[in-house]
Amino acid sequence: MALLEAHGVNVVYEPSRGTRIWSVRDVDLTLEQGEFVGLVGESGCGKSTLGFALTRMLRPPARLTSGTIRFAGTDIAGLDGEQLRRARRNGFALVLQSGMNALNPVRDIEHHFGDILKAHAVPGEDVSAAGIRRRGTELLEAVRLDPAVLSRFPHELSGGMRQRVSIALALSLQPQMIVFDEPTTALDVIVQQAVIGTIKELQRERGFTAILISHDLGIVLESTDRVMVMYAGRIVEDQPARAMARGLHHPYTEALLDCYDDPRAEEVRLGGIPGTPPDLSAPNTGCSYTPRCPLAEDICRQQDPPLFPLEAGRAACHVRARAARVEEEAGRAR
Amino acid sequence: MGYILRKVVLFIITLWAAITLVFILPRLMPGSPVDAALGKLASAGVPITNAERAAIEAQLGAPHTSLLAQYGDYWNSIATLRFGTSYSFPSQTVAHTIGVALPWTVFLVGTTTVLAFIIGTLLGVYAGWHRAKLADSSVTIGATFFGAFPPFWLGLLLLYWLSFKYGWFPIKGGYDPGTTPNWSLSFVGDALYHSVLPGLTLAITTLSGWVFGMRNNMINTLGEDYVTFAEANGLRSRTVAMLYAARNALLPNVTAFGLALGALIGGTVLVEGVYSYPGVGNLLYLAVTNHDFPLMQALFLVITLSMLVAIFIVDLLYVRLDPRVRSST
Amino acid sequence: MSIIATPVPPPEAPGAAARVPSGHASAVPGPLRFIGRALRTLWSNGKARAGLIILGIIILVAIFAPVLAPHSPAATTFTPYLGSSGTNWLGTTGNGQDVFSQLIYGARVSLIVGLCAGALATLVAATFGLISGYRPGLVDEVLSFVTNLALVVPGLPLMIVLTAYIQGHSVWTIVLVVAFTSWATGARVIRSQVKTLRAREFVTSAVFSGERLFRVAFREILPNMTSLVAASFFAAATAAVLAEASLEFLGLGDPATVSWGTILYAAQQQNALLTGQWLMVLAPGLAIVLLMVSFTLINFGIDALSNPRLREK
Repeated sequence: MALLEAHGVNVVYEPSRGTRIWSVRDVDLTLEQGEFVGLVGESGCGKSTLGFALTRMLRPPARLTSGTIRFAGTDIAGLDGEQLRRARRNGFALVLQSGMNALNPVRDIEHHFGDILKAHAVPGEDVSAAGIRRRGTELLEAVRLDPAVLSRFPHELSGGMRQRVSIALALSLQPQMIVFDEPTTALDVIVQQAVIGTIKELQRERGFTAILISHDLGIVLESTDRVMVMYAGRIVEDQPARAMARGLHHPYTEALLDCYDDPRAEEVRLGGIPGTPPDLSAPNTGCSYTPRCPLAEDICRQQDPPLFPLEAGRAACHVRARAARVEEEAGRAR
Repeated sequence: MGYILRKVVLFIITLWAAITLVFILPRLMPGSPVDAALGKLASAGVPITNAERAAIEAQLGAPHTSLLAQYGDYWNSIATLRFGTSYSFPSQTVAHTIGVALPWTVFLVGTTTVLAFIIGTLLGVYAGWHRAKLADSSVTIGATFFGAFPPFWLGLLLLYWLSFKYGWFPIKGGYDPGTTPNWSLSFVGDALYHSVLPGLTLAITTLSGWVFGMRNNMINTLGEDYVTFAEANGLRSRTVAMLYAARNALLPNVTAFGLALGALIGGTVLVEGVYSYPGVGNLLYLAVTNHDFPLMQALFLVITLSMLVAIFIVDLLYVRLDPRVRSST
Repeated sequence: MSIIATPVPPPEAPGAAARVPSGHASAVPGPLRFIGRALRTLWSNGKARAGLIILGIIILVAIFAPVLAPHSPAATTFTPYLGSSGTNWLGTTGNGQDVFSQLIYGARVSLIVGLCAGALATLVAATFGLISGYRPGLVDEVLSFVTNLALVVPGLPLMIVLTAYIQGHSVWTIVLVVAFTSWATGARVIRSQVKTLRAREFVTSAVFSGERLFRVAFREILPNMTSLVAASFFAAATAAVLAEASLEFLGLGDPATVSWGTILYAAQQQNALLTGQWLMVLAPGLAIVLLMVSFTLINFGIDALSNPRLREK
């Protein structure tokens, strides 16, 4: 049984003043135990919203309007209150975008651990001060931090350290799945590498399912096994990471890949994506990427493409899918 | 340590500035307070020694002396606690009159502040946590309505209904007129009994400030990442509300304590006046009614300085509350 | 690795990236249109709407006082110290004046003093705040210190002392004294907002593109501060109404004018509560409360406008 099965997830954003925005549209997602998935896309594409939806952390004015989210067999979309709170232990965890502000300024790290451990304590578990200190030390060492951090306050730690503490705190739940929402965006490049490295190691050691959300395709390609690309609230591509470097892809993915180049090359060529992301306040017919797509055809304007098989995975593009089918038939004909 | 040092220096400078301000006031105003004071005492037949006259001039202004010399005399008169002669209490020194009244006010203000702060803060947390629901609206509307009550008006109404009509509480004063102040249990009990209505009046009118401040802070704090993260980690609602949200939302309220205290003191003057409660507020009320300038001037100084000291103490206490300040340089 | 690291700040709402940030408003809209729009927005907020209605009623009462009041407020034609009756709904004063008529006419003074003192205090606060927040350094240090000093000196005692020393008491004395003692809170709030705005990119770019400092302050910073200044004004007006009533209750008001505070002063002088004239105490106090509440309710609406988190759902 897959660890996470989400079907038809729709999230709407309804501010009291202003227009409704459909930020996640009809997303289906299946994750197996132990997968390390990257979720990539530009600002506003809905990736963070999806991450929050999957961990039941959506808050007004955002709302899950429809869809099921089965986690380890249980539909968590229907859980609330105390049930939902308990489900987080050994369940699903969320690490926020910037460790900068994710820690309570007036409590030291040891108390942060204590709060979580006590909130989820089962009879028989040692949640005495000594027990908490022991667990805290274990977890801090797991994220490569000095146990002395336990007695520090958040403002005494650097950004990278705070992010690691956040990860350690999430780990204290012994989760089967962790969603990392832009874990490195607020950090400088060198610290980014270190933190991503730690996340990779932890994922390998402990085997939890990880979703790494980022707008930085490079980081995602480097660290994950499987990459999902989001555009305008939909998943438009789903490939193994190693398949991303070559072959045909959804035009949006190709444009994203084109934005990168080797800085050490003789000539550095940078691409860009013309146009602007679509207005998500109106339901659309056809493929959302059409206005910016160099391959757009009539069918693209009329029918919203589902995820067709493409290369080693899937992509939501009529043109590419047709080309792949043609190629396959030609191959069979030979 | 740097924080505390800064606060001490600031306290001393502000202290000096406030005392200087009080020095300037009577000399700046049109009309001559010093002549008015001397004239009043003369017409009441109160004998003035030369030393008293000098003290009054030091406090209120001596038109024939240089400003600098007056300033020196002023500091001298404060240091020696010679504030002149009060028209309302000519047989006592001003210092004595104030000295007797001050503890009553400190007691009243002290207990009221603590009560109003605690209840107001809790209500604010409650309203902020349940924002936009009925609980929030009722607390907000209630606090708006009661917070707009002029303290003296509420005092009068309570006095009328609870003292005059139903006789549940004494009508005026700080203690039974027949007794003399002492530390016996019966007297203390009596004093407490007499302080219920004034305290209640003050508490009700100053409550709303704390409620709104805390509510707004709560709402802002609830949007912070660390609250979201705490919920993502499955902490209980009460833990999140109190230890993560409220505990942080509290901080701006504490720094705003000084402002709240100003309003409280204003209210104290009015409430003590209405209840004839024997504190410095009541003295100020009397002094104003009697145009008793020496007493008024001294009271103003004492009240301002008391407020500065109270704010300073709270500033020091803040260090215990906010670890970020403890380690700052 | 990312070469294109265009720091696009994450939008507040998903999908908001669709709206390309246009250059900010070119021309400041005409003041009347602006007020109209402001009123309409306030009206949509439940609490502010209630406040506007109450304030509107009080303003109407003040304007139409001669029509609404059954008698002249100063006319000493009635038997003094009467309780409420058919002719005198709220009784009479020690001088035989009709309290109800005084209540109606009193609206004028309380409104004028509240609004004027509030406006004056806000004007001073805005000036201090703008200058202090805009020019860091010595000017800021000095102005901030003065502001903090003004905050620390207790308000009512200061007002009492000032009014007592200024030995002629007119309504305008009260306006000046009240304004003088209540500008500091607004100044501090405005200063911190100006500092924040000044550090924002659009101001820096305006300065770099050669706009003179003065113009920058007015065209870039001030329009972003309207709701803050408006909120300051209503807060100051609320405090002013209370302060004025308190001063008059203490006998420091203008003996020739009738206002809600002076009615309460008279009531206290004649021990109205003990003689059964409790309406004479209840009515003007309630009126003061309503006026203050209306200002505060309007302020709720303004707060909700500027801080999206505080908006009602």
